Amino acid sequence: MTSALQRFLPLIVTTAVLVVGFLLCAAQFPNFASWRVVGNLLTDNAFLGITAVGMTFVILSGGIDLSVGAVIGFTTVLLAVLIEHGGWHPLAAFAVALIAAGGFGAAMGGVIHVFQMPPFIVTLAGMFIARGLGFVLTTDSVPINHPLYGELNDIALRFGAGGKLSLPAMLMLGVVVAAVVLAHWTRFGANLYALGGNRQSAELMGVPVGRTTVAVYALSGLLAGLAGIVFSLYTGAGYSLAATGVELDTITAVVIGGTQLTGGYGYVVGTFVGVLIQGLIQTYITFDGTLSSWWTKIAIGVLLFVFILLQKGLLTVWAGRGGEPAEA
Amino acid sequence: MTASTAPPSSAPLLAIRGLSKAFLGVQALDGVDFTLRHGEIHALLGENGAGKSTLIKTLTGVYQRDGGTVALEGREIAPRGVEEAQRLHIGTVYQEVNLLPNLSVAENLFLGRQPMRWGLVDRGAMRRRARAILMPYGLSIDVTAPLGRFSVATQQIIAIARAVDMSAKVLILDEPTASLDAQEVAVLFKVMRTLRSRGIGIVFVTHFLDQVYEVCDRITVLRNGRLVGERRTAELPRLDLVAMMLGRELEAAAHRIDLGPAELDSRPPLASFKAFGKSRSVEPFDLDIRPGEVVALAGLLGSGRTETVRLVFGMDRADQGEATVDGRKVRLKGPRDAVRLGFGFCPEDRKKEGIVGELSVRENIILALQARQGWLKPIPRRRQEEIADRFIRLLDIRTPDAERPIQLLSGGNQQKALLARWLATEPRLLILDEPTRGIDVGAHAEIIRLIERLCADGMALLVVSSELEEIVAYSRRVVVLRDRRHVAELRGGEVSVERIVAAIASESKSGEVRQ
Repeated sequence: MTSALQRFLPLIVTTAVLVVGFLLCAAQFPNFASWRVVGNLLTDNAFLGITAVGMTFVILSGGIDLSVGAVIGFTTVLLAVLIEHGGWHPLAAFAVALIAAGGFGAAMGGVIHVFQMPPFIVTLAGMFIARGLGFVLTTDSVPINHPLYGELNDIALRFGAGGKLSLPAMLMLGVVVAAVVLAHWTRFGANLYALGGNRQSAELMGVPVGRTTVAVYALSGLLAGLAGIVFSLYTGAGYSLAATGVELDTITAVVIGGTQLTGGYGYVVGTFVGVLIQGLIQTYITFDGTLSSWWTKIAIGVLLFVFILLQKGLLTVWAGRGGEPAEA
Repeated sequence: MTASTAPPSSAPLLAIRGLSKAFLGVQALDGVDFTLRHGEIHALLGENGAGKSTLIKTLTGVYQRDGGTVALEGREIAPRGVEEAQRLHIGTVYQEVNLLPNLSVAENLFLGRQPMRWGLVDRGAMRRRARAILMPYGLSIDVTAPLGRFSVATQQIIAIARAVDMSAKVLILDEPTASLDAQEVAVLFKVMRTLRSRGIGIVFVTHFLDQVYEVCDRITVLRNGRLVGERRTAELPRLDLVAMMLGRELEAAAHRIDLGPAELDSRPPLASFKAFGKSRSVEPFDLDIRPGEVVALAGLLGSGRTETVRLVFGMDRADQGEATVDGRKVRLKGPRDAVRLGFGFCPEDRKKEGIVGELSVRENIILALQARQGWLKPIPRRRQEEIADRFIRLLDIRTPDAERPIQLLSGGNQQKALLARWLATEPRLLILDEPTRGIDVGAHAEIIRLIERLCADGMALLVVSSELEEIVAYSRRVVVLRDRRHVAELRGGEVSVERIVAAIASESKSGEVRQ
């Protein structure tokens, strides 16, 4: 019982921060506690949430993926060029974009595994390549005017007073649920945690290390591609500078959500909550109206710092107490 | 008692013939034969670098052999990976627990073969079956707790349970008992005998000869990558076995060292600790260490021995008491302080805390000396080579040359290189945590001799060891710990295995013997 509590403590703390934060906002602004705000919170952060799920998997496996922001940018450009310049149907363009993004991730995973390269460097290179490819396609911001975009943006589940669950929000929630299942109810998920725990042991226990590594980066790329689609729906345009720095926002969400950067420990749900906390801070600053939007960054920076200290503190306390003597 | 189960077929369970394997010009295995029959426990013995690990890793698909044949029940096999070896029913438990501390016990047991339902992992079934699997081992634990929460001994048993449950026909146990206490070893042996009676063949690698004679039917000895011979345990006297392993006659039982003149006691202590301790780690203790003496810390697993030396070396910071060196009060805020005071420390877990695997033997040996000089004053390459070569010769570190990455050396040779690292700094107080763990008989004796020689030169030694006979052989004083407390101190003529055991086992009461 207590051990279960210990394991979920980072998650519980993160969730408590979200709830308390929301209540504080609601106390200050009467309009805050509404379905409308909740719905917008989900919609505005959908692309971030989808990307962060992929990042969670990569970090759980002991890696990192710095290319996701650039992949989102590239995807939006690719979609805009295919649809507007090429005259493609958006659905066909979506399929191509997902395949391209997933394949790009898989290629990075392959390089990481085959050449035993640090993921940081490989995905850093991937970031430059993806960003550069976007510029090669076009340096302009290309508006997407296909009628399907309008239709897709109109899809929404309405609930409460003024609340609506947009397609991006639904996609994100769907991805989160699917990711939880993937993490805890499939062999792939167990292999990811195993890989993040100790690569060599995982290999000795028969975990297909290569396949899992390639798959996790492919998945991250695929989700970044999906996030790119959502982003282009959201902005109605494709621009190669879109989503700059999103890789760092997602890493932040993952860490605030209680996942350890060294891999092996963490939960997808935590990341989801981490994304919502970031969104909440942003919403607060919008509501306030007088604060510079950079306060968002400062608040997130402070929060990130506090969470890392908290994790460290928890680990130290556990190590000191330990159920059984740990002397080898 | 012995292999009485009739083999199901005439072919032996596992037949290895003429197995060869070389690494970077070193012939690790040279035409080795090994035969494992159904329902037998077969000890695979040899000194460090004999080729045991290589043989096992070739069997389990970690390495690919260069030459020779391996046949399982008459069928030629060549596993290309651990997975394939598992499918061929060859299960392995390695020396260091190779499970995943971040996964739950149940997940560790079922990684890669989780019970599935409707395409998803059936976590309920996994928990139930995990409990059922652990039941015969006397483990009734929370299978959903992360494995890292449990002691090494428990983890080891879980590793064995996993391998056994994967319906192994051949079970390879690579020093499984190194971290177990006597009671746990007994549980393990019971399990091994049960498995033997089911016709499973067990390859048992160990350094404990007592255990070989207790549980093994047959013994195969390797030396320097070659087969020395295969014998039935019952027909091989212990002395002959040791001679086979070492390739030379061993001197008779270890002698008690001269306790040194009583004036040693009157010497001012080199280092002195008063009411030194750290909450949640080890209770405050007094400890004096004089030049030229060996002080041993004895106690069971988890009694606070390692914690004590970590405090002394400043790896953990004491939160009470004081330390004096040469009569002056000192602060031990970290290992750097300790090194500056002339302390050296060979940790127990050499993989994690000691060697730097990618660096060469020379670089590993030079590390502490360079750190003490400061990185701005690099030791000239020529001088480094001299030092490295001297210690390689002195400690008989088996390596083709000083430039070889240390991770390619066998465990005992790594341990000796670590020792060399600290000896190179000419420490005044050297702390050794389990200096002979995972080391074969020959290297054992060498390290003990070395300890004695170091003391004669006036160095002080603080040794943690689980080998009581060893402690008795070289210690002038023994501090006995129990439950993270220093409970007794034996000195001179009082030092004996019986007294140590009695102190460990004695009733817990406050204000106990401290002379």
